[in-house]
Amino acid sequence: MRVLLLAEHDNKRLGAETRNAAAAARLIGGPVHLLVAGLGCAAVAAEAAGVAGIDRVLLADDANYAHQLAEPLAKLIVAQSGGYDVFLAPATACGKSVMPRVAAALDIPQISEAVGVLAPDRFERPIYAGSIMQTVRVSTPRFAATMRPAAFAPAGAQPAAPVQNLLPLECPPSACFIDEHIPRAAGAQELTRAKIVVAGGRGAGAGGGFDAIRRFAFSIGAAIGASRAAVDAGLAGNDCQVGQSGKTIAPELYIACGISGAIQHISGIQQAKIIAAINKDPEAPIFRYADIGLVADIAEALPRLERLLAGKKPRA
Amino acid sequence: MKILVPIKRVLDHNVPARLTPRGTVQTDGCNHEINPFDAVALEAAVRIRERGLAREVVAVSVGTDEFVSSLRTALAVGADRGILVRTEAPLEPLAVAKIFHRLCLAEMPDLVIAGKQAIDDDAAQVGPMLAMLLGWAQATNVSHLEWVDGQIDAMCEVDRGTRRLRLSLPAVVTVDLRLNEPRYASLPNVMRAKKKPLEIKSLTDFGIDVSPKTEQIALREIDICRRATLVPDVDAFAAALLATGSLR
Ligand SMILES: Cc1cc2nc3c(=O)[nH]c(=O)nc-3n(C[C@H](O)[C@H](O)[C@H](O)COP(=O)(O)OP(=O)(O)OC[C@H]3O[C@@H](n4cnc5c(N)ncnc54)[C@H](O)[C@@H]3O)c2cc1C
Repeated sequence: MRVLLLAEHDNKRLGAETRNAAAAARLIGGPVHLLVAGLGCAAVAAEAAGVAGIDRVLLADDANYAHQLAEPLAKLIVAQSGGYDVFLAPATACGKSVMPRVAAALDIPQISEAVGVLAPDRFERPIYAGSIMQTVRVSTPRFAATMRPAAFAPAGAQPAAPVQNLLPLECPPSACFIDEHIPRAAGAQELTRAKIVVAGGRGAGAGGGFDAIRRFAFSIGAAIGASRAAVDAGLAGNDCQVGQSGKTIAPELYIACGISGAIQHISGIQQAKIIAAINKDPEAPIFRYADIGLVADIAEALPRLERLLAGKKPRA
Repeated sequence: MKILVPIKRVLDHNVPARLTPRGTVQTDGCNHEINPFDAVALEAAVRIRERGLAREVVAVSVGTDEFVSSLRTALAVGADRGILVRTEAPLEPLAVAKIFHRLCLAEMPDLVIAGKQAIDDDAAQVGPMLAMLLGWAQATNVSHLEWVDGQIDAMCEVDRGTRRLRLSLPAVVTVDLRLNEPRYASLPNVMRAKKKPLEIKSLTDFGIDVSPKTEQIALREIDICRRATLVPDVDAFAAALLATGSLR
């Protein structure tokens, strides 16, 4: 099974999700070629060449790929498709926008958001907001798939693989990039990689509760998560949303503050090792899905918790 | 301008899905609804028409006879016409995209607004697949839409924040729940919807190969319950967090 994996990056650095997807790619087969398409991204290609399990890096460096829009990326992958059986991407916003286009163009099936590789043609993936696990087998020789980063341990390092340059293709009818807004504060932990996540829900809205969450998260070196209701209420950015229609994460410790525990939210944290919850309602469903629970008002509990855990940081 | 909105009928999102003793997803006797993301897509399309920017909104579905009631709901909410491509077979996203592709070739819409994912299979494939089959541009996970000189500025939610894309028509847009709050159908509109045209086509008339390319081997329920140990106060909570070993 010859695998072509699409790299996630921002033209400067390789996205960590690529390493998780590279590990998943190796479970499917090889050789694994990693496509880095962007503008001025030679440094990313060099970084990518050092990811364990990558046999070759394909570098397409051109203005057409500057913002990794789905239309030119899919066209590029389809043009390379003759040499491959499997087309992979991490299940990121970019990967999820590109791979269905590739699958449609090649008339091959796609497996979305796989969390397990049972065999090169057999995958596990959660459906119905993570309440049911589906085992699915691909019946065609070729297929596309997106892999959930949180489900695969990242690939390590290796001596650099060769980098091959690809000629850019003419851009198909495509959306045009206007601008982007990347709000993550300096020094803040990245949600998908953090060992500890402190998350707030709608219940954190009253009385500046979300500021208390931010302060507490910062003090213990945790990333900030949020429920959809909290994002809808403008308490946190959409990049913080955890759940069925947000991010899936697998931290060692997840501390849910003022989150009721809707299935759509729990869907994103099932792989957390420990889930702790603070909610003022003893009947809140979150207590069914958590390991450790405290019935309390977060406005009162968080300042004391911050003091009690002062100086503590995530285990290295 | 004409807008096409794909509609899927799914299990009610309020109830966790369960398996029958035979290992299939329990659907008998369960509430169904229009896929929440599709409801947002439909609302967006109806608002565009209400602003006078579109002439017609066509709601389209691929599925069983039961999808008729979902399309009637879509008509009551404001779609002008409905088309159901009838089939009993469970179809893969690519097959569904191929059918919508055919409908687009016949209907010639300027814009397709679709949900970003369906809450049952969570595949998130049909929108971008349809865009590719049509050779159109796309914007996915859209949480804000604006019209600028006949073009669309779409705010897309991406992993680290948001980005804005400008789309010339024709195009496919897939939407997030944050785009709008769908209205409910009023009783008079439900009555009126009964008179709106709803065409039922047979999948076999299309002559499209929809044979499955994947095979479902097994389903199993995921036990997500952990049943928390409740601690009495903040001090005990802090101690319990420290005892996990994640902090030091
Ligand atoms: C298709 C679809 C997709 C969805 N996707 C997602 C998703 O990806 N992620 C997601 O999170 N949700 C998602 N949702 C929404 C989900 O169903 C819930 O509505 C949402 O998770 C609720 O957020 P919440 O727990 O913050 O708010 P609420 O349900 O309103 O709960 C607030 C909680 O805070 C508690 N509280 C209030 N004040 C305090 C206080 N002072 N101290 C302590 N506790 C307090 C309350 O007791 C309550 O339990 C989705 C829904 C749909 C339909």
